[in-house]
Amino acid sequence: MSAEEHNHPNASKYFKIAIILCVLTALEFGVFYLEFLSYGIIPILTVLSVGKFALVIMYYMHLKFDSKLFTYIFLAGLFLATLVTFALMILLDWF
Amino acid sequence: MTTFALPIPKRPTHPTGILNWITTIDHKKIGVLYGVTAFILFLTGGIEALLIRMQLAAPGMDFVSPEIYNQLFTMHGTTMIFLAIMPMGAAFFNYLIPLQIGARDVAFPRLNAFSYWTFLAGAIMLKSSWFLGGAPNAGWFGYAPITEIAYNPGHGIDFWILSLQVLGIASLAAAFNFIVTIINLRAPGMTLMRLPVFTWMTLITSILLVLAFPVITVALIELMFDRFYGMNFFNPVRGGNPVLWQHLFWVFGHPEVYILILPAMGLVSEIIPTFSKKPLFGYPVVIFSGIVIGFMGWMVWSHHMFTVGLGAVANSIFAITTMLIAVPTGVKIFNWIATMWKGSIDFNKTAMLYSIGFIFLFIIGGLSGVMHSSAASDAQQQDTYFIVAHIHYVLFGGAIMALLGGVYFYFPKITGKLMDESLGKINFWLTFIGMNLTFFPMHFSGMDGMPRRIYTYTSEMGWDLWNLISTFGVFIMGAGILIFVLNIVYSYLRGKESGNDPWDARTIEWAIPSPTPEYNFKKIPLIHSVDAFWEFKRNGTPIEPASGASENSEDEKNIHLPQPSYWPMVVSIGIMLAAYGMIFGLPISILGTIIGFIGVYAWSLEPVNEPEQH
Amino acid sequence: MKTENIKHEENEHSYTGLNSKKLLMWAFLGSDCMFFAALIATYLVNMGNNPPGTPFPEDVFSIPITTVSTFVLLMSSMSMVLSYASLSQNKIKAFRVWLLSTVILGATFVGFQIFEFYEFSHHEVKVECGDLIDASKREKLTDLQVKIGDEKCIEGVKKVSEKVPLTPQVNLFGSTFFTLTGFHGGHVTFGIIWLLSLLIYSFKGNVSPLNLDLAALYWHFVDVVWIVIFTVVYLFGVFPGY
Ligand code: HEM
Ligand SMILES: [Cu+2]
Repeated sequence: MSAEEHNHPNASKYFKIAIILCVLTALEFGVFYLEFLSYGIIPILTVLSVGKFALVIMYYMHLKFDSKLFTYIFLAGLFLATLVTFALMILLDWF
Repeated sequence: MTTFALPIPKRPTHPTGILNWITTIDHKKIGVLYGVTAFILFLTGGIEALLIRMQLAAPGMDFVSPEIYNQLFTMHGTTMIFLAIMPMGAAFFNYLIPLQIGARDVAFPRLNAFSYWTFLAGAIMLKSSWFLGGAPNAGWFGYAPITEIAYNPGHGIDFWILSLQVLGIASLAAAFNFIVTIINLRAPGMTLMRLPVFTWMTLITSILLVLAFPVITVALIELMFDRFYGMNFFNPVRGGNPVLWQHLFWVFGHPEVYILILPAMGLVSEIIPTFSKKPLFGYPVVIFSGIVIGFMGWMVWSHHMFTVGLGAVANSIFAITTMLIAVPTGVKIFNWIATMWKGSIDFNKTAMLYSIGFIFLFIIGGLSGVMHSSAASDAQQQDTYFIVAHIHYVLFGGAIMALLGGVYFYFPKITGKLMDESLGKINFWLTFIGMNLTFFPMHFSGMDGMPRRIYTYTSEMGWDLWNLISTFGVFIMGAGILIFVLNIVYSYLRGKESGNDPWDARTIEWAIPSPTPEYNFKKIPLIHSVDAFWEFKRNGTPIEPASGASENSEDEKNIHLPQPSYWPMVVSIGIMLAAYGMIFGLPISILGTIIGFIGVYAWSLEPVNEPEQH
Repeated sequence: MKTENIKHEENEHSYTGLNSKKLLMWAFLGSDCMFFAALIATYLVNMGNNPPGTPFPEDVFSIPITTVSTFVLLMSSMSMVLSYASLSQNKIKAFRVWLLSTVILGATFVGFQIFEFYEFSHHEVKVECGDLIDASKREKLTDLQVKIGDEKCIEGVKKVSEKVPLTPQVNLFGSTFFTLTGFHGGHVTFGIIWLLSLLIYSFKGNVSPLNLDLAALYWHFVDVVWIVIFTVVYLFGVFPGY
């Protein structure tokens, strides 16, 4: 294929990312049972899952190595989706 | 590459006849199919409107039954929005976008054919509800819980849900296609700031579409699950929340109104500069305000829900954003007016009359919009005929006027013949006068408190005169539309030869022969400026073929065009059966799914015919 | 000649130099974000609007089991990307092995989901009557457990239980949960069919890295959606703060 495919990370990099993903999932699992954190688990879990999300789209979906246009298109959808979700939660008195 | 024989027939090659139309993936033919289908559906929606107006002509009428009346206004709204204006816009996207950006076709020609057939499937499905046990009857926005099974046990709402889902698939497929086409298939040199305005508006419309339609899809799925499987999404008895339906609907619904109007704005932005012999005033500003509208369109949806009781804070925020969105809209209007300012305006062309009519009527609609952007004032207007007046000034006075003007403008491009201007003027003035007679009195009946969607009224209310005028106006408007049909037929058969560039136009679609040859551009052009054709004619900047564009060849026989295919239509038939099966029994759904899968596999595996030896 | 012809099939000319199909895929994924957002928003805004006596998230969810299925889906993403890497380097055999393992892991995930759906719809609430009396233990019980325990625990009974199935019909949690995760599962199932088709096709013709990439993007996207669902629906759902 084209040149862009060649500077992709190799298999060992993918393994490393998989390990990080597993560790993050394990952390999520662990944090969840730490009762003393109380509401503190919400930001912690949010950060952890955003991290997982970012790793997958950047490396496995190779947004990091592809044209920025793909990133913009996807993030536009993601951004609006987040915004609408929060707006609906506010409007329907969730908070 | 292929080392084995697939049991899939070769690509069809039907140069003429019905099979040609069924298998075509030529964007120009698909555009014509879209246009003709949408116009026929527009007429059916018009007949529904006529029946509504007959019923309301005088107090206490009994022209249709209340049940039929509810179905009429629901079908009228749904038809006009999803089956008439949207696909008429799509007709122009299809025909014009590849021509305006200097391409041979859209990025995915078969997907494009699929969009059309799926749109047709959805249209057939919605319209067939009249004959299969009753049409939907809950208004075009189908507020829950009136759409819930307990209050609406017939199949009408099911037809509404399922056909909107099918239409959604069609619109989404088309929108993805046009986004990719506009980003990727531009001719060399055609930077974003050299795109014709219509192409820009199509891009924004398509982006709105792909982001807005998933939301209504989810809302419809949830409603369907409520109805089919007894779930509780919008059922207040079990804790469900009907207000959520309103939110989801309008999160989609407000971007949707811009999906309806932006293509019209694009057309007007092509027509007005051409007939004023001036470049569009403030091209970048028009583009920019289009983008701002597309963006802000997401922040105003609750202005449809001012009377729901969202609270003062929410209402104020949405009132402010709604007032703000009128700014970029107004900016565009000033741009069009400034374009005409001191131009040598050609008032003799029907296309131009329609565009001026558009500006005039759209301003009225925009003003009433700003009036109910104030939550307090809207509390008096919500659900009255005042809103009906607003939506018809923006949708008929705006979208339809511009689209009809667009037909006059592009008819020569499509057929090589001019439309008759005398008939055109009669057509325009009848439509314009009829339109105002019909919809202007609705401001007054609305102010006098006449609610929308009522079956009849009594004389004491004092609405008699306004309603009588409205009904009278419909007949004049109808006469105008009939003359339009007549003009199309007459001009198609007898019209004068137009030549390649009858309007002394500006954009590159007019640089090639009219009617457009099958391959569009013999050589893919290299673009140096916005309005490249105009630059060529006035300053002699030539439109030379782009060097190195691999598609260019000396001999037009060597131009490779995408080949026709049966499968897009097969997949659409599968989808239609799957949707019908949800109402008439699972086996039909299963059959449809199987057909759909066969179609998809055949689609992705079908061979490419050997090229002619050359 | 053949390849040139195929180039023209879907108008390969590209202004940006980007592949049109890939652009289409990313636009689709952006749009699918809105789809899942609407479903997740529906789930969230309805949280807690459930009639008492019906199962709540904390009654039915088993975080350990779902953590395992989350892990399975993450692993499928890894094997997917390895399959793609192998194909790019023309290692056909490795490509097939990794692709097949992706399919198997994906199917395992769907299996977990079916198991979960079955369990939930046959949910049985169990209460140790002793826990009701001990204040600190009572605090840990779910509302439903307390309700059933208080109703059923009488002198001499140690343990009580009652069938309280979670179905899409019983309450809003059921409706929103089954719809959201059902559509996610549907996405996974569709991905499995797609990947299997590519796998079978690879024995008959050539799967291009591009075509695999398109499927892979879809697959990873479904995975990231699950990352969100796992946190928002499962972890936040059971979290007693709500
Ligand atoms: C100047 C910009 C505009 C403003 C400030 C505006 C404002 C509003 C407001 C506040 C409403 C809700 C009224 C109510 O239900 O009480 C409304 C309804 C509506 N608007 Fe506009 N609008 C504008 C332009 C447009 C355009 C350009 C279109 C479409 C082409 C449009 C189509 C509609 C439709 C279809 C409805 C009614 C929906 C229904 O209830 O059936 N509006 N508008
Ligand atoms: Cu609106």
